[in-house]
Amino acid sequence: MASLRYESQVRSPLVVGEKTYHQVTEDIVRPIEAKPSKLWKIGFTISVLFLLFGVYSVYREVVYGIGAWNLNKTIGWGWDITNFVWWVGIGHAGTLISAILLLFRQGWRTGVNRAAEAMTIFAVMCAGQFPIFHMGRVWMAFFVLPYPNSRGPLWVNFSSPLLWDVFAISTYFTVSLLFWYCGLLPDLATVRDRAREKWRKHMYGVLAFGWTGSTKHWQRHEALSLVLAGLSTPLVLSVHTIVSFDFATSVIPGWHTTIFPPYFVAGAIFSGFAMVQTLLIITRKVLDLEDYITMEHIEVMNKVIVLTGSIVGIAYITELFISWYGQNPYEAAAFRNRWDLSTPYGWSYWLMMSCNVIAPQFFWFRKLRRNLLFTFFMSIIVNVGMWFERFVIIVTSIYRDYIPSSWSTYYAPTIWEVGFYLGTFGLFFTCFFLFAKYFPVIAIAEIKHILKKNGESFKENMDEEEKDTVEHFAHEHAHAH
Amino acid sequence: MAIKKFVVGSFDDEKVLFPAVKKVRKAGYKIHDVYTPFPIHGLDTTMGLRDTSLHTAGFIYGITGTTTALTFMSWVFTKDWPLNIGGKPHFPLPAFIPITFELTVLFSAVGMVLTFCYLCQLAPFVKKHHFHARATDDLFVMVLECTSKTNEEEAKAFLAATGAKEINVQVAEADWWIGRYDKEDKLHELSGTEIAHS
Repeated sequence: MASLRYESQVRSPLVVGEKTYHQVTEDIVRPIEAKPSKLWKIGFTISVLFLLFGVYSVYREVVYGIGAWNLNKTIGWGWDITNFVWWVGIGHAGTLISAILLLFRQGWRTGVNRAAEAMTIFAVMCAGQFPIFHMGRVWMAFFVLPYPNSRGPLWVNFSSPLLWDVFAISTYFTVSLLFWYCGLLPDLATVRDRAREKWRKHMYGVLAFGWTGSTKHWQRHEALSLVLAGLSTPLVLSVHTIVSFDFATSVIPGWHTTIFPPYFVAGAIFSGFAMVQTLLIITRKVLDLEDYITMEHIEVMNKVIVLTGSIVGIAYITELFISWYGQNPYEAAAFRNRWDLSTPYGWSYWLMMSCNVIAPQFFWFRKLRRNLLFTFFMSIIVNVGMWFERFVIIVTSIYRDYIPSSWSTYYAPTIWEVGFYLGTFGLFFTCFFLFAKYFPVIAIAEIKHILKKNGESFKENMDEEEKDTVEHFAHEHAHAH
Repeated sequence: MAIKKFVVGSFDDEKVLFPAVKKVRKAGYKIHDVYTPFPIHGLDTTMGLRDTSLHTAGFIYGITGTTTALTFMSWVFTKDWPLNIGGKPHFPLPAFIPITFELTVLFSAVGMVLTFCYLCQLAPFVKKHHFHARATDDLFVMVLECTSKTNEEEAKAFLAATGAKEINVQVAEADWWIGRYDKEDKLHELSGTEIAHS
């Protein structure tokens, strides 16, 4: 735990360039203090337009019911639940980076955790709307909460996976928000103390909760972060496990699978990291943060992508194997509806396979892992693939049920269903643009904390005497505890 | 409200700060606090602060969540409204696990954050005296509290000898108050007679 622990020269630096503590502050706070760029304004406007289109689409749905989404008796879950699962999955990388990697003491998380956590929160906000509006009578949404009511002693069904979802998603959102905001407090104080304009001093003064950087506060802050990470780690696994229970605990062939929880969690981390890549590649470029989000960061995340992509691939193949090995004709039929290219949705299965299983394998090559343009392209591919995974699971399992007479005709979404999806993109990016403009995108305090261990200039310039001092301190602290 | 007098020294490197804290403590000065821009592991033990019990609080909040969830769901399903849902048992313990887990995490996280804010006196509109504006940027600020026995000049010289770069004496409110950072408070203009211990 010693702060001045000497780290191997073999490891690549996580902060590039000649940085002092002050330089770190300057670099990260600069975009907040500067006027919004033209690019930011354009991006923000487009996002708000998408958001407005989404609001109108949701309005149509509220007025006309979920028929506005082309859902019918056979296909009761269409794009909406697909989008819900997809957005929740996107969120998982943020918690993984901030919590699991904190527990595993991975230094590289510091460069990317803040943005990833923000992404989590916005993604969960987007996700939550789909099941809520899917209820049809959205003004009755509070019925899912267990509260004393005048309808007799009537309670919600605690053994229903859909109710578990309510608890899982709301807990996940709350805990992620707390974790993110507690981490922000010291950095908001940094922005406040640099502020010259009155409104800025006031705004960040309120937001920073009066943080001063007292040693006792840091001690508690560290303890809090560690325990919150310890809580979030099983939480993030539980959330997508519970989301997978929506399917796995049912009796629908294609859904009724014990492999779902780990497979969904791996898929969530896979798509989440892809989204982190998409966002960070743009953010580091636009905000000029290449020294903090280095190729090293991009590469390790690509390694996570190839790992989780392969896990997902194994899960797909296992499912196929079990559908044959299980000798259940309904299960076999459900899977035939996926892999057989002559069926209406066969194309979506193979699109999913190529995007999620085949495409990430290119990341075995170091050159491609470290290629920005290729990584950006792949991050989009993976997100498309993961969207189709959810679509394949949901729609191809239910569009032909047990009675051929009720087999659905080809299900295609309406403009309002697509609009709702685009609207959540609008919401996501509107939030992200505001975050990138008004909050420190990189955890300033955490970067300073690893600077002397992992900063390029410090690693190179350490002379023998300094190495001795550092080792001496490490030794002393090892004994102090 | 305790208006006190402080000797403030700022360091620009944590490598200098550590031995300085030790020397200052050895010399018998009372360290009010050390303000740093990032957590410095080991500084708390060096300063002689005891470890936080926040974890214990978190554990207690957690088991509160567990018991709340389990007892509530059991009471609802077996006593208050024993409804037959698809022929499932009235006390389906495995089905209670997900919600029980979620509430454990929720209670623990929310409880700990509130406790953290309470212990550190952190809340919107809370204002505290800042001994140095760069304490949240790149300086490590050691603040010594003056008692009736403290010789300010001696303390200043001592801090300088330990490697402090900027040293000054400040009269300030040591506690928190409600205020706005864009407005100057008049607190430290109080007359010298009101300064405690001086």
